[in-house]
Amino acid sequence: MTVSAWEAFWLLVQRELRLSFRRPEQLLQPLVFFLIVTTLFPLGLSLQLSLLRDIAPGVLWVAALLSALLSLDFLFKSDADDGTLEQLALSGHGLTVIVAAKTLAHWLVTGLALVLVSPIVGTALGIPVGAFATMLGSLALGTLTLSWLGAVGAGLTIGLRRGNVLLSLIVLPLAMPLLIFGAGATDRAISGTNPAGALYLLAALCVFTCTLAPFAAAAALRITLE
Amino acid sequence: MKIATEGLAVDSVHVWRGDRHVLQGVSAEVHRGELLHVSGPNGTGKTTLLRVVSGLLHPEQGIVTWLGQSIVSHRTDYQAALAYAAHEPALKGDLTALENLHFSVGMKRRSTLQELRDALERTGVAACADLPARVLSAGQRRRVSLARVIAMRASLWLLDEPYANLDAAGSQLVSELLQAHVATGGLALVVAHRELALACTVRRLELNS
Repeated sequence: MTVSAWEAFWLLVQRELRLSFRRPEQLLQPLVFFLIVTTLFPLGLSLQLSLLRDIAPGVLWVAALLSALLSLDFLFKSDADDGTLEQLALSGHGLTVIVAAKTLAHWLVTGLALVLVSPIVGTALGIPVGAFATMLGSLALGTLTLSWLGAVGAGLTIGLRRGNVLLSLIVLPLAMPLLIFGAGATDRAISGTNPAGALYLLAALCVFTCTLAPFAAAAALRITLE
Repeated sequence: MKIATEGLAVDSVHVWRGDRHVLQGVSAEVHRGELLHVSGPNGTGKTTLLRVVSGLLHPEQGIVTWLGQSIVSHRTDYQAALAYAAHEPALKGDLTALENLHFSVGMKRRSTLQELRDALERTGVAACADLPARVLSAGQRRRVSLARVIAMRASLWLLDEPYANLDAAGSQLVSELLQAHVATGGLALVVAHRELALACTVRRLELNS
C-alpha cells in the first residue's frame, strides 16, 4: 500500500495546482505585471515601429524575468510558514521529489501562463507573427530554467526575513545567460536569420538546470528545515 | 552502545543552537506497545528532541535508531513508518479538511476518501470535512491534524503538545487514541506539559535546562 515516488510526485503537482487556483490573485499578479511593464515601453518611448522592434526582444525578456521572479517567493514560503513543508519532508519520498513536483507545478501556473500571453505582448511590441514560434519556444525554455534556478534560491532564502530581495540577488545574475540567448533568439527571428544556435544553448541550459537544480534545491531546503 | 532492535532509541544526543547547548546528551528508549512522555519546562528542547527523532534535525553528536538501524541511513523507510504532528496543525487554509488529509496522507499510503472521512469522524470533525481549513477554530484544526495521524496508519507517532487547544472531550479523545494506538503494538513519543493518565506502559523523560 506504499506510494511510489511517481504517484507522490503527481499528487503533489495536483495539490499545488489546486492551491494556485484557489488563490487566483497570486496567479494573475505576475501576468498582469508582465503585460503592464511591456505596454509601458511603447507608450513611454513613442518610437517608430522599426525602433520598437529593435528593443522588443530585450523588453520582452527583461519583463518576463522580473515577473517570473515575482512569483518565486511563493514557491516554498507558504508551506514553510504553515508547517506543511515539514509534513512533506517527512512523507518518506525525499526532498528531491518534493522540489521537482512543486517547481513543475509552479512553472505550469506562472511560466507557461506567461508564454501563453506573450503573443499579446509580442503584437503590442510589433514583433512579426513569423517570429512568434521562436519567441514562444525561447520563453518556454527560459521560464522553465528560471523556475529551477529560482527553486534553489527560494530554498536557500525561506528562513530569512526580507528573503525575497536576497532571492532576486541570487537568481538574477544566474539568469543573465537566459536573457542573452533568449533575447538573441527572438532578435534573430525578427530579423529573419536562423535562431537555432541560441535556442540550442537555451535548451542546453534548461536540461542542465532540470537535472541538477532539484538536488541543489533539495539540499538547500534540508539546510533551512533544520 | 546499546541498540534497541524492536523500537526507537535515542542515544546521547547533543544539539547546539548557535551557542546554546539545547540537548545535552539525551538518551531514551521506547518499544512496541509503549509510550514515551517527554516533559520539562519551556525552552528545554522538547520540540528540538522531537525534530531530531523525526529526522528533520541532525544532532551534532549521538544517534537515533529505529528497529536497530540508524534513521539517517534508512531515512525514507523510517519516515514512511512515522506520523508527525507538530505544534502547529500544518494545514493549508485554502484546502478543505478532507483535501488536506487527501494530499498529506496520500503521500504516505493509498487511502480512500471514505477512510479519511472515517478518521475525521473518529476525531469528531466529520462536519468540517468540506470546509476550508482556514475557517476552522484552533481546536478543530488540532482535531484534523490528529485525524491525519490516524489515517497515516504509521507505527510511530510523534506528537508535539497534542492536548493544546482542545476541550475536555478533545483531551479525552487524545488519551483514547494514544491508548488504542499503543494497545495495537504502536509506539508514541508525546511532548506534553500535563500528566498523562493512560492505561498503558508510559516511560518518562524529563528534560531540564
